[in-house]
Amino acid sequence: MNAKPINTSNSYLSISGLSKFYGSFAALDDVSFDIAKGEFICFLGPSGCGKTTLLRCIAGLETQNQGEIILAGKDISWLPPSSRDFGIVFQSYALFPNLTVTNNITYGLVNQKMPAFEMKEKCGELLNLVDLTEHANKYPIQLSGGQQQRVALARALATSPGLLLLDEPLSALDAKVRSYLRREIRKIHNRLGVTTIMVTHDQEEAQSMADRIIIINEGRIEQTGTPDEIYDQPATPFVANFIGIMNFFPAVTGENSLDCEATSLKFDTGEYSTGTKLNCAIRPEDVTLSTSFDKLDNVIDATITEVENLGPFSRIFLNAPTLGTPEMIVDVRKDAMLQHMADWIPGKLVQIHIPAKRIRTYRVEV
Amino acid sequence: MTTTTLASSRKPAGRLKLDRDDWIIRVLLIGFAGLLVVALIIPLYMLISRSFHDDTGAFVGLSNYVLYFETPALFQSINNSFYIASVSSVISVILAFAYAYALTRTCMKFKGFFKVMAVIPLLSPGILKAIALVYWFGNQGLLKEMLMGHSIYGSIGIIMGSVFWTFPHAVLVIATAMALSDLRLYEAADSMRTSSSRTFFTITLPGIKYGLISAFMIVFIRIFTDFGIPKVIGGNYNVLATDIYKEVVGQQNFEMGAVVSVVLLIPALFAFIIDRIVTGKQVAALSSRSVPFSPKPNKWVDGGMMAYCLLITFLMFCVLGMAQFASLVKFWPYNMELTLDHYKFDMIGVGWSNFFNSLWLSICASVFGTFIVFLGAYLVEKPRQGQDTIIRQIIQFLAMLPLAVPGLVLGLSYLFFINSPGNPFGFLYGTVAILAISTVTHYYTPTHLMAVTALKQMDREFEAVSASLKVPLSKSFWRITVPVCMPAILDISIYLFLNAMTTVSAIIFLYGPLTEVASIATIHMDELGETASAAAMGMLIVYACVIVRVLHGFAASKILNRLQAWRYR
Repeated sequence: MNAKPINTSNSYLSISGLSKFYGSFAALDDVSFDIAKGEFICFLGPSGCGKTTLLRCIAGLETQNQGEIILAGKDISWLPPSSRDFGIVFQSYALFPNLTVTNNITYGLVNQKMPAFEMKEKCGELLNLVDLTEHANKYPIQLSGGQQQRVALARALATSPGLLLLDEPLSALDAKVRSYLRREIRKIHNRLGVTTIMVTHDQEEAQSMADRIIIINEGRIEQTGTPDEIYDQPATPFVANFIGIMNFFPAVTGENSLDCEATSLKFDTGEYSTGTKLNCAIRPEDVTLSTSFDKLDNVIDATITEVENLGPFSRIFLNAPTLGTPEMIVDVRKDAMLQHMADWIPGKLVQIHIPAKRIRTYRVEV
Repeated sequence: MTTTTLASSRKPAGRLKLDRDDWIIRVLLIGFAGLLVVALIIPLYMLISRSFHDDTGAFVGLSNYVLYFETPALFQSINNSFYIASVSSVISVILAFAYAYALTRTCMKFKGFFKVMAVIPLLSPGILKAIALVYWFGNQGLLKEMLMGHSIYGSIGIIMGSVFWTFPHAVLVIATAMALSDLRLYEAADSMRTSSSRTFFTITLPGIKYGLISAFMIVFIRIFTDFGIPKVIGGNYNVLATDIYKEVVGQQNFEMGAVVSVVLLIPALFAFIIDRIVTGKQVAALSSRSVPFSPKPNKWVDGGMMAYCLLITFLMFCVLGMAQFASLVKFWPYNMELTLDHYKFDMIGVGWSNFFNSLWLSICASVFGTFIVFLGAYLVEKPRQGQDTIIRQIIQFLAMLPLAVPGLVLGLSYLFFINSPGNPFGFLYGTVAILAISTVTHYYTPTHLMAVTALKQMDREFEAVSASLKVPLSKSFWRITVPVCMPAILDISIYLFLNAMTTVSAIIFLYGPLTEVASIATIHMDELGETASAAAMGMLIVYACVIVRVLHGFAASKILNRLQAWRYR
């Protein structure tokens, strides 16, 4: 436990080399990361990627085959859940149906032999925190889904755990309640500063709530970073594709250029040697659209195939044969769209500008 | 998916340390598996082993079986049992099918009444129906001529009694299956202008085919292994169950009793396996999106079905009514004055004490059985899945087994087990305790399934939440699990009570002079020719069951209403 190369002083939860197998299927494959005290972390990934398994291993509800879990400087890898310091909220809420809101929240406190007046005070604080004071004596069935989830949150926080685990806490709720609770949870986190891990498959949720996101795919960590890093510098094509929308096109490196199907883009190839096969990516909002560009690099011809009006912006689908991709997506802000109503319709020939600095490149493994 | 990982790393590098609760659960699980082994496997093993030994205890291989199959008088009983069980099951299932159809698929009036009437016979022992049939069709019977010279004592009587006895069970199973049908299929058929007869044969019947097979198997096992009805009305017509009784009680030939038991056990096992397979399919066939069927009124169908249900209800009333009437008649058929004399039970060895023994046994079986059954189901279902998996699977298998073991076979196994030399449980012989244990074991499977169903409906994360809140399992068990499962617990307790009141087969080899219960006293008085007193004792059982059922229903709704306000918005 001592003398680890990584800065353990700063790390509250440290996972190293965690693997979990079901038969020959690797649910988790050599997962390692560190979380600092007070951080809000999201495990993000498609369903079945192992993110929930990872959370359950941290809680001790599943047992890893390999690896170490250090929580607050204590090796908890093989401790039962009851000896680990965490509170947990499940997607199903798992509220005790036969207990009132108050009794649900104080369920763990009663066991700590907390004096009655202190418990009452603590419960009052928690009810206030999750804004349910007037529902204190109701049963779970009398509450809405969002209210039930807040009770579950208060119950998990009642024993003041060092680590708060949230397992897809918002996925059973409808869109409006979900976005409200996102902000609520974040607010509570800012007030209490409890180290929090939330599992989600919703990238919007992760990006709006997390300090850092850990992206998991097929049991491995694809990338760890702040929401901005993940969006602007996706480390792998998987992340690029999973987060937001991304246009991909194939290219081979030339002399400071990307040689595409039938055109060449200026690009600082940096470390790549000439002739490297690359998978290139560019976000729809980074591409600009015009009927004619003057004196700009990386301008190519394209034909509009479809226009989707999405309110604040329009999404334009293009055919750009010179790039060697069947479909390019370009997002255009409403004001720009309004200026070009007549020109930007399906069938029209336009030009698109692909700024070299916004192109992400990934080496194609042979 | 990851091929690079070495196979050696797939072995767990360690195990989670067990906390206090884990140890408690593990100890309880092992204890519980041990309990089931002692209550089920060891006695059955002793029974089967006995069939391969002679009366001095020497191993004789199959020679007992050879003797059995060389004795036509014994061998004939196999045919008889199969004949009785097949014919009765077919009649019972057909009658029940029509009744269940009326209850679920028509707009017949007074459905609630007919539902209750179909279930009331469950509250009376099978032997009481046989006794009533004797009064109707026996040598002194009111309607003797209707049999046109045939005797009620024999296959006719057994079949009639068995049909009356198993009809309610069949109705319950088939009505449940019918209630699960999907309305959309019927709407689709309607929109394609399918004739109603074609709809019946292409949608209705296939939809409940598993329910029908299941009902047939359940009814078949019951009749095939039943002892009470053939005992009372079978006369010289021997079936396997009465053979066991005769060998053991009449001739003290325990080895042959064991052989017949094994012969009885094998078909019952088969029927049990078929029922299990079929039940699994029935559940799988129902999609969660099904729309429940709601019948449309049809004057002719509704009227005809009501006439049919009235007829059946009337017949069932006649059976119970005759038992009641006969028990009040001074000296059938010569002196038809009414009297309560037969309720005095002033014969040697019989009395009201038998009735109180029954109550005491039923209370013990109900209280102790409910506790054991629920705890067992909880241990298997709930805490920390993934640990102690093998022992949980063993318990689950053992919990299903009693359904396949006929009561008489279980009782005889217990007799062998308890009387085996050096058995530390020998002191239990003839006590209420052993009667209760035998009864609970005999009815273990259905009650276990009731408990498992209720536990499965609970959120599976309750235990994880409790662990994260550092609350011991025992506290969560009493504070959360038990209150949430209270309806199922109440159902289990009444199920055990009613069955303990009416059962004969599971306890007939085990009672002692001080613990003879009412159902067995009924058989004894019938054996002694005191048929009216037997009917009186049988009616006492019926009234006790009805009263307890009503009181229980009342208490249960009180409890559920007052203590379970959380169930309602």
